[in-house]
Order: sequence, then structure tokens, then C-alpha cells
Amino acid sequence: MRNVKHVAFILSTAALLAACSTPAPETKPPVVEEKPVAPVAKEEPRVVQPVQAQVDELDVPGGKLANRSVYFDFDSYVVREDGKEVVSNHAGYLGKNQRTILIQGNTDERGGSEYNLALGQKRAEAVRKSLAALGVADSRMEAVSLGKEKPKAEGHNEEAWAQNRRADIVYKAK
Amino acid sequence: MTNKAKYLMVLAGATFALSAQAQLQVEISGVGSNQIPVAIGPCANEAAAPAQISQIIKADLTRSGMFKVIDITPTSNLMQVDATGLKSLGVEAVAACAVVPAANGYFEVQYRLISTLGKDLSALKTTVPNQYGRLAAHKLSDDIYEKLTGIKGIFSTRIAYVVQQGKQYRLEVADADGEGIIPALTSTEPIISPAWSPDGTKVAYVSFEQRKPVVYVQDLRTRQRTVIANEKGNNSAPAWSPDGKRLAVALSKTGNTQIFIANADGSGLRRLTNGTTIDTEPQFSADGQSIFFTSDRSGGPQIYRMSVDGGEPQRMTFGSSYNISPRISADGKTLAYISRRDGGAFQLFTLDLESRQEQRLSDTTSDDSPSFAPNGKYILYATQNGGRRSLAVASTDGRVKQRLSIQAGNIKEPTWGPFMK
Repeated sequence: MRNVKHVAFILSTAALLAACSTPAPETKPPVVEEKPVAPVAKEEPRVVQPVQAQVDELDVPGGKLANRSVYFDFDSYVVREDGKEVVSNHAGYLGKNQRTILIQGNTDERGGSEYNLALGQKRAEAVRKSLAALGVADSRMEAVSLGKEKPKAEGHNEEAWAQNRRADIVYKAK
Repeated sequence: MTNKAKYLMVLAGATFALSAQAQLQVEISGVGSNQIPVAIGPCANEAAAPAQISQIIKADLTRSGMFKVIDITPTSNLMQVDATGLKSLGVEAVAACAVVPAANGYFEVQYRLISTLGKDLSALKTTVPNQYGRLAAHKLSDDIYEKLTGIKGIFSTRIAYVVQQGKQYRLEVADADGEGIIPALTSTEPIISPAWSPDGTKVAYVSFEQRKPVVYVQDLRTRQRTVIANEKGNNSAPAWSPDGKRLAVALSKTGNTQIFIANADGSGLRRLTNGTTIDTEPQFSADGQSIFFTSDRSGGPQIYRMSVDGGEPQRMTFGSSYNISPRISADGKTLAYISRRDGGAFQLFTLDLESRQEQRLSDTTSDDSPSFAPNGKYILYATQNGGRRSLAVASTDGRVKQRLSIQAGNIKEPTWGPFMK
């Protein structure tokens, strides 16, 4: 370990000396690269520049973007008041971030699989249109349906059904 | 239900090597209004056959609800059956059979159907490969049914349905009695809406294996699968034209689900309905000239009919605010569908298209996916049974009911196959 540190010191010293002793080869003005990092770090090895990690607000647990589900009434594809806030939060995020999304519509288990598939599509479409009205480009959204085939809640009662009458906003991988 | 006689027949499936497949249990309740007494004994030399011929025939006839089966002693010589002697027992006809071993994995079945008035009603002699032992028995059942009722039998037809066990989905093909199960497709994603081609060699269905619904046609004999519709959004609800040359599908590529018609290979796709609401579940009429479908254009889902060439749809259902899943009998006279009634029960109904008479055929509460037997006398559908999905069969007169379930898992999306040679 100690030897490694010595080698590193020698190398960096040599580099500094080389930089000092080499004259500018041409009179052409140097190209200045704009960088937020202060150049002082090169000359002052002990300087510490604090950095704030840019956490994607989409991933903040319990944050306003954590809720990505819009719920619906039985046999309805009208976005309710409680869903409008979810839609506007994600429209705001999509306005600042170039992400693409899939909107998956779902239904409860009652009724036929094909009508439910079409109903889930209408729910996904309703969310897609709400996002479009808030400025999200159509090219960044696809509305699909899973019908009643992939229930989130497995029960056979109103509580489970209410959970499953839903459209989910799914962010595609960057 | 006038007669509460209930049979539980757990039919032996041991002859099939597919031990991983869950066995179907068939439960029957109710009987027909006019049961025909028919006498059947074991076939002569029945042990030489690869299947229990007379047992299969008796189970078929009993399950139909149309017959009162009377056991008699075996017949050693088909030419010497004393049918008239059984008239005093109230028997109307006697079925006698004999098995003759044949070479190279075949066996021969001989059969006679004689009325107790002494009249020969039918006689058959056929050589069958051993692997089709059960089929040979079902074909004799078909013949007895047809000669005594005047209606073509459906015992030799097949059904297809989806079994879901956890995250495993299987599209299975089985004989109409739930035996001879063969998995046609297995997947870890949902499979829905199977539909038989009119010749019984292919099944169209919707698979979610591409993370969204896509319509496929699978040739059962060759394993070949063809993508029929994979447009943006959903692709679903395939239905064959009666001549097998076209498929109607429901696609959401325009945003909302609309009905399209394509050639059977997926080419030549054209839009049929032109609305802003849901149009789905297309079904060709028996003559191929019109399409029945489900639409919520009036608010809730209702069944409509329109010409395959376009035009104004005509509303067919009115009895409830929720009527879905139209199916048409082969004679074109009866519409079967699922109706949501007071109290929220989803039940199987039929509508006589001429008299407009409506009939409720089920007393369960979560029914879906009806399909007619090819002779129009029975409807197969999915229902809920003790927290699990199971299948049920109702006779179109509402008198006979059967329930088909498996030990574990859900069984759903049933569809009855066509008559085959």
C-alpha cells in the first residue's frame, strides 16, 4: 500500500513538472472548455468540491410521482377528480424529462374478457388524452390494455375490484 | 330443475400418458323432458378394444340428458339380438356391439341399433387405429343419438379452453367429454378467446406473450403459428367466417376498439365499424352475411348486428343494461349471450331471433364465454365454482346441466369445436 502511494506521488509530481517545463508550442489562442469544475483542483490537491447527487424525482419513495395509478368506476372510463392530480403530476414530470411511457388499462374480473379488454383500452386512452391535453407528445405514449387478465388485487369483492379498475403509467427504460 | 338426480362421474383418464395434465371432472344435473329408454350391454369381446367402448357410450348418452340407459347382458352374436323381448321393460331400442382384433395397431368395431319393434335402425362395421379407441365409441354414441332423436350427435367433437395455474397458462384441446387432453400452447402470459376454424384443424386466439394482446392462428397438426394482427394497441376477439376464409378481429389501433375483417392469413385488413366508442366481439352470422358484435354506443354494452359490407347496425338486445359476448347457433336462429341482471349477476341467456323470446339458462352468477355445440342443442360456458373458474354445459332447453372442473387452478375461455370427419 505504502509503495503504491509513493509511486502515485512520484507520477503526479513528474506530471506537474512536465506541465511546467513544456512551453506553449504555438501562439494560437487555446480553446477554453467551459466546465463547472474549478481548475484550482489541479494545482491544489487537497481541495474538495461538494457535489449534490441528482436523484430523479420520479424515484423518490412516497413522492408525488410515486402514485402512477388512475382509478375508475365500474364500466366507466372517465378520469375521476382523484385521478386528475396523478395525471397532472406526471404531465409536469414528462414536460421536464424526455421519457416515454406505456399506459396499461385494467378492469375488475366481472364480465367477459373481450369487453373488459376494450374497456381497459378506453381507460388507458382516457389517461393518454388527459396527458396529451397537458402537453405530452403522442409519440412518447402508448395506450394498451391488459383487460381483466392481470389483476393487482386477487380478491373477489368490491375492495379488490376497485383496486383493479385502474390505468397504470409505466415509464419505459431510459 | 325437476329431477335432482345427480351423477358424479370421474372418468378414468389413465389411458393417456399426459400425467402432468389435470383431469377434468364432469358433474351432471337435470334430465331431458322426454328420456328415450335405450338398452346397451358390453360389446362382445370388448376387452380386445383399446377403450371401454360400451362404458364410453353409456356415459355419453347419460350426459346428454336425452336417454335412460338400461344395462343388458353382452351379446355374443350381433345377428341374434332379441330386441323385441326387451319391449316389456319399456325399452325403445337396443344397441349391440362387438370387437374384433385387427392387425398393425387397428381394431374392428361392429354395431347394430335395433328398435324393440324389431326394426333395424342402424348398422356399422369399421376398422379403427387403436389410438382412436375412444373416438370410435363416441362415433357410435353420435349414431345412436342421431337415429333416436333425429339430431346430429356431438360426442365425437372436441373443445378448447384455457387452464391457468398461477402464472402458467395452457390452451388445451380435449374431447367433448373432457377426456384426451392435449396442451396446444403453454405460456407464462395470458391466453384468451380461442376460436376453432370451421374445419377443426386450427385455433385462432389472443396471446399476451408480446406483453400486449396479439391475434395468432395455430395449426394444431403442424404447430405452425401465424400472427394475424399485431397493430399498435390491442389486437383481439378473432372469429372465423363460416367458410373459414376470413377472420373478424377487434383492434384498437385507431384509439378505441373497432371491428376489422381480414383474410384468414391476416392480409387484406379492412375496417368494418366506424365509431368513437367500443365495438368488439365480432361473430359471423351462420350465412356469413352479417356480423354480430358488442358495442357500448348506447351507453352500456349491447349486442348489435350489421352487414359484413357495412351500413347501419341494428340493436339486438334490450333486456338489461349490460349484454355481451354474442354467439350464433349453426342454424342461425338463436343468439346466446351473457347478460348482467338485477343484483349484478352475469348469466347465460338465449334469444330466439324470430320470436324475440328470451330465456335464462344458468342460475350461477359469474358466467362468460358461451359457445354453441355444433348441433345447437348445448351451450358451453365458463362460470365460477367455489372461488375457482370452471366450465359448464347447459342444454338449450335449460333442462340439463353439466359442470367441468379440475382439481387445482382455473379453467376458462371455453369454445366448442365443429363437426369433423
